[in-house]
Amino acid sequence: MARMAWFKKERKPRTSERVKLEIPADAWEKCDECGHIDIKERFVRALNVCPNCGHHRRISAQEYIDFLVDEGSWHELDAGLKSVDPLKFESYPERLKLAVKKAGPLEAIRTGYARLHGMPVDLGVMDFNFMGGSMGSVVGEKIARLARRSIDKRIPLIIVSASGGARMQEGVLSLMQMAKTSGVLAEQAFWGIPFVSILTNPTTGGVSASYAMQGDVILAEPGAVIGFAGPRVIKQTIGQDLPAGFQTAEFLLEHGMVDAVVPRSELRDTTAQLLRHMAGRRPAEAAD
Amino acid sequence: MATHTLDFERPLLEIERQIEELKKMGGAGGDGASRSSDLAPLEKQLAELRAEIYRKLTPMQRVQVARHPKRPYPLDYIRLVFTDFVELHGDRLFGDDPAIVGGWARLDGQTVMIIGTQKGRDTKENLRRNFGMAHPEGYRKALRLMQLAEKFHSPVLTLIDIAGAHPGLGAEERGQAGAIARNLIEMAALRTPLIATVTGEGGSGGALAIGMADRVLMLENSVYSVISPEGCAAILWKDATQKERAAEALKLTAQDQLTLGVIDEIIPEPTGGAHADAEAAAEILAEALKRHLRELMKLRTAKLLKRREEKYLSIGAFTEK
Repeated sequence: MARMAWFKKERKPRTSERVKLEIPADAWEKCDECGHIDIKERFVRALNVCPNCGHHRRISAQEYIDFLVDEGSWHELDAGLKSVDPLKFESYPERLKLAVKKAGPLEAIRTGYARLHGMPVDLGVMDFNFMGGSMGSVVGEKIARLARRSIDKRIPLIIVSASGGARMQEGVLSLMQMAKTSGVLAEQAFWGIPFVSILTNPTTGGVSASYAMQGDVILAEPGAVIGFAGPRVIKQTIGQDLPAGFQTAEFLLEHGMVDAVVPRSELRDTTAQLLRHMAGRRPAEAAD
Repeated sequence: MATHTLDFERPLLEIERQIEELKKMGGAGGDGASRSSDLAPLEKQLAELRAEIYRKLTPMQRVQVARHPKRPYPLDYIRLVFTDFVELHGDRLFGDDPAIVGGWARLDGQTVMIIGTQKGRDTKENLRRNFGMAHPEGYRKALRLMQLAEKFHSPVLTLIDIAGAHPGLGAEERGQAGAIARNLIEMAALRTPLIATVTGEGGSGGALAIGMADRVLMLENSVYSVISPEGCAAILWKDATQKERAAEALKLTAQDQLTLGVIDEIIPEPTGGAHADAEAAAEILAEALKRHLRELMKLRTAKLLKRREEKYLSIGAFTEK
């Protein structure tokens, strides 16, 4: 109904007839949040943030890598790690195949090293398109290896999270990845190596209850849903609708659970700024 | 004594009823000798049938035993296994969560910090303890007690029987995810031995939040799972009644966890489950805890921490090309 009304409204002026003929249909994009229609190029240039309402669309791991680190500095790590089916879980292999088709063969997280404002960094970026960014053994192993590299080379760690939580199809093995990653990150913290955690939409379940919330600094993209239990589960438990804005990045900021809500366009510079602050030079050394 | 209330235990109930009846008749002045000769085969039959049923439990039946309303809860084990228990309360930040209990106690001549999740026995207690589902303040209390133990060089023992961390408004507002995450990273580095035992339900992150340890043990009929069978079935097949199928798929039994390398040992339960004989169950648990405690107390802290990290680093299944 609403959509019908909207079409009528737009059609009335009938001014863009000529333009429509010249611009191919796929040149236009519509914001899922506010319905704003704009040239695709404007969405792309704004890193897939709606030019009208600021809604942050979900983007792929590759897109985060492209705008977060210095051009040409990305080196992929552990690209050969692949999931197996340890529980012989019904239709897991088929789902994995579908995920590879949809998001590529690099699993629900991509890890690598790069430079950010010239500083060496280790970066992990989760990909929600790969089985909802679910954390299985491969995600745990990739993060553990990345954090290990960060310890060995004394390089700061950045993890961009996007995940519904642990991967059900790997049972308790996936649950234990929470403990596994926490173990390495505890050692990383011991050595005083900075870890910036960036939360995107959504970050829930076992991922939010482990490394995503263990950053020295935790940043969140505007509007991202962040929490332990998913909104549907909570709704079921309490038997009523959730208050507006519940479990959004802004809600977490208000309750003291994240350091800052940072628009996508500022993530790169803010992270670099933070890493410079946390470079760990003692006052005496700084004076040299 | 109706200790057998689960559907698959119904055949036992019938024999138990017959035994009760015979006993009553014997007491009423019948032929005592012939009554007891009737009794013996029945009791033998009962024991055999019970053993038979429990030998062949399906995963979902295991879940039912783990959730049995008469199953001993952590406070029961604290009473039966330990001495000198002094309960400590509060997270010093927000409140006291009755879903998690903890305090100093003594085992094998050693002061330990014992922490457990706690369900209620009746509706009133369940309301107070939120059916044993912890809030962030519960996990923060647990962490405070662990750090207290670390300060005074005492080992930490946890007992786990939780459906899951509470999913609700207050829990989210106060940072359920952050509380669990914090516990994990602190437990990874805790400079004192940790032994975790799943005694009933090991409900996902809510269990792991006090379950990361140098030794992880599971009672024979306890379960450990990343999601409840009902929840899994609802997500995968949009049908919570497919829980048997989900319980099967999730590989949530103690034997499964041992095979997957997630736990270190299965602690046997008396035939018919821990709820059939709490004292016997506690005795077996006590023996196992003492043995692991003695082994861990011999290790230097640096070695203990190194082994803990390596233990968890080795968990997972993948290929590499």
